[in-house]
Amino acid sequence: MHEPHKDYLGDKFGMWLFLFTEILLFGGLFLLYAIYLHRYPAEFHQGGLELSRLFGAANTVVLITSSFTVALAISALQQGRRGLCQGLLAATIVLAGVFMVNKYFEWSAKIAHGIYPGSPELAQSGGTNIYFGLYYLMTGAHGLHVVIGAAVLAFCMLRIGQGRVTAEDFGLLENGGLYWHLVDLVWIFLFPLFYLIS
Amino acid sequence: MTHKHIMPFGLLAKIWLVLLALTGVTVGVASFDFGYLNVLVAMSVASAKALLVVLFFMHLKYENRVLGAFLILVFVILAIFIGFTFFDVAWRPEAGA
Amino acid sequence: MPSPGETVPFLDPLPGRSGITSWIFSTDHKRIGMLYLWCILAMFAVGVVIGVLMRLELIAPGRTIMGAQAYNAMFTLHGVVMVFLFVIPGIPAAFGNILLPLQIGAEDVSFPRLNIFSWWLYLTGAALAVTSLFTGGGPPDTGWTFYVPFSERTTTNVSLAVVAVFILGFSSILTGLNFITTIHRLRAPKMSWGKLPLFVWSLYATAWIQLLATPVLGVTVALVFIERLLGIGLFDPAKGGDPLLYQHLFWIYSHPAVYIMIVPAMGVISEVIPAFARKSIFGYKAIAVSSLAIAFAGSLVWAHHMFTSGMSDTAVLVFSFLTFVVAIPSAVKVFNWVATLYKGSIHLEPPLLFALGFIFLFSVGGLTGLVLGSAGTDIHVHDTYFVVAHFHYVIFGGTGFGLFAAMHFWFPKIFGRMYDRKLANASWYLLVGGFNMLYFPMFLIGLMGMPRRYYDYLPMYQTGHMISTAGSWVLVAGLVTMFWGLSKCLYGPRTVGANPWGAATLEWTLPSPPPHLTFLDPPDEVPSPYSYAGVKRDA
Repeated sequence: MHEPHKDYLGDKFGMWLFLFTEILLFGGLFLLYAIYLHRYPAEFHQGGLELSRLFGAANTVVLITSSFTVALAISALQQGRRGLCQGLLAATIVLAGVFMVNKYFEWSAKIAHGIYPGSPELAQSGGTNIYFGLYYLMTGAHGLHVVIGAAVLAFCMLRIGQGRVTAEDFGLLENGGLYWHLVDLVWIFLFPLFYLIS
Repeated sequence: MTHKHIMPFGLLAKIWLVLLALTGVTVGVASFDFGYLNVLVAMSVASAKALLVVLFFMHLKYENRVLGAFLILVFVILAIFIGFTFFDVAWRPEAGA
Repeated sequence: MPSPGETVPFLDPLPGRSGITSWIFSTDHKRIGMLYLWCILAMFAVGVVIGVLMRLELIAPGRTIMGAQAYNAMFTLHGVVMVFLFVIPGIPAAFGNILLPLQIGAEDVSFPRLNIFSWWLYLTGAALAVTSLFTGGGPPDTGWTFYVPFSERTTTNVSLAVVAVFILGFSSILTGLNFITTIHRLRAPKMSWGKLPLFVWSLYATAWIQLLATPVLGVTVALVFIERLLGIGLFDPAKGGDPLLYQHLFWIYSHPAVYIMIVPAMGVISEVIPAFARKSIFGYKAIAVSSLAIAFAGSLVWAHHMFTSGMSDTAVLVFSFLTFVVAIPSAVKVFNWVATLYKGSIHLEPPLLFALGFIFLFSVGGLTGLVLGSAGTDIHVHDTYFVVAHFHYVIFGGTGFGLFAAMHFWFPKIFGRMYDRKLANASWYLLVGGFNMLYFPMFLIGLMGMPRRYYDYLPMYQTGHMISTAGSWVLVAGLVTMFWGLSKCLYGPRTVGANPWGAATLEWTLPSPPPHLTFLDPPDEVPSPYSYAGVKRDA
């Protein structure tokens, strides 16, 4: 079958367009958050007190650093430093894992305290119920994207290892990195909205 | 053949440090109560961080201007979706709104 | 020595590659477009059959052929099939896929593998939607709008249906992504934005709506699924939620969605009218810009579906005002089409007949949209048959006839055979007559207060319902006649030349049907798309 010409800029443009869809997808949830924050300011502030700022800030540092390592990885590959690139990508994936472990601890703690969708504890106050409902929904959707992003980066590592992504042909890694940065971006907004709102 | 503009490690590191600093700022500011302003300040700092990630880590500063224009358009559309919904929610008659 | 791919018509098998796998795993935009075409026409048939059954039930008050629960399932299914499986993919997925690369002189779209993947997503969504009819608690009965709280509580299989809608949404998003990238990146070097065919402009504007609005639908139906599963209460007042927020999120997509439906059809009309008036389109720039204007303005008006929902008066006023604004770019197109016809050399062939039908029916529908957009009058007609008539005039009279025009314009190119023009003309009369007989009475009974989605009704509405049902039979006769006439494209010798209509866009420079491989290299010269001087008919 005839192979069409590769279009590096087109591939990048397409990836950005896909990121736009993710912005609108999460945007719908941010819409709900905005409306309900306006409706339940007291309960949202109260809810924010119950979240651990330490965990939240730590996770923010973890993701920002992971964006840093991925950006370094791309530069490394472009300079022909393949080993360094792979190491940085591995570090990024490890950081993703750290994020998810932290999330696991946070969620288990909440659930153990009777705070989960449908719990009797939450049934007592509409505003508090909405706050934590949105918390689980938005951090859950975000966590799903962390896992997907890590898988994408692992795939990039595979392709680099196979020599199919190189210092001359690195579009796949760049675009995988773009996806990862989006995951970081969403968290940059989630963190203050849930953890610092008190 | 792909165009190569390589981001220097040093520049990336500087951006990383600024991002960490801004994270510290936003956590610090949250200890004080500025009422409604708290949300505004938090969102402003978050937006500044996001801008740094987009411009440098995501390389948008060095890309085609059209791409940047489209990104702005996306945020405008999202702002309209959220903002226009407030035409409803913010003007509901009080009780049980 | 050209390879087989450059000579064998794309409909025919290449040496060594034949059978169904060469179609369902093809990355050729022309084959993918055909796959979509067959699917959407099949879905259209399903939707029509359901509609005919609904009309049979409504021919008289009380039970006629089905019970109330079955009726609720029928109108839900009719909406889901027609909206998500027929009209939204519709013209872009079928004709857009086939024609877009050809019209810009490109070999294929930017992401051919993503393209066939989009088709597989479509098929998966369709399969899941069908499955939801026979599993779980049975076919959904919420209407295609899935409003909460009922969609959260009904025991029918809403959960599976919304998963289907989510997947179909992704198919639409990815098609939009593909088309935007293609139009930006793969235009022939001399094809500037100012030389793009207007059909391409319409696909471009539509693709942006598909890209940006559909994700909101995705998150909305995902929330319905999650609420059914976990009962968080985001839309439940007893748990602190607000059901109106569901409506906002739903219509934030679904209003722009109607522009996904109509803008490509308008693009078709913009191709047909100049070709059959043998005159350059009047106001090319205005039409191109108006497509973008409709896409943008259409994102600002969604809550005009919610005037009676209980939202604030402020919102009612704001959205009503903005709704009048969005009518303007559509009107610009209608004026420009009519101006193109004025003093043109009119060739009243079937494509033009259907285009004229579009203009008339869409205008009626569009004008009645003003009644709905005015909040005051909307209070009276909301959720009545007035609304049902309105949207059938714009979507069926609009997009439907646009699709019929596209088929009569491009089938000779795609199949290399001409259809039966006598049948085409005859079908047109049946279709226009049947359409108005079916839908016009709905305006009247709607004004008299007949609610929509009602299984039963008062005797005062019966005359209107009877005429409407009879109209559905005339319409179906028209559809059968039309497809019978078009079926002549499917067999017999391929005698149609490259340019049977004497049109000026790039697809008419290729053989009919085009070969598998087209524009391996982009064309050196790019014609002015609506300049007919020296363009010859090659029937």
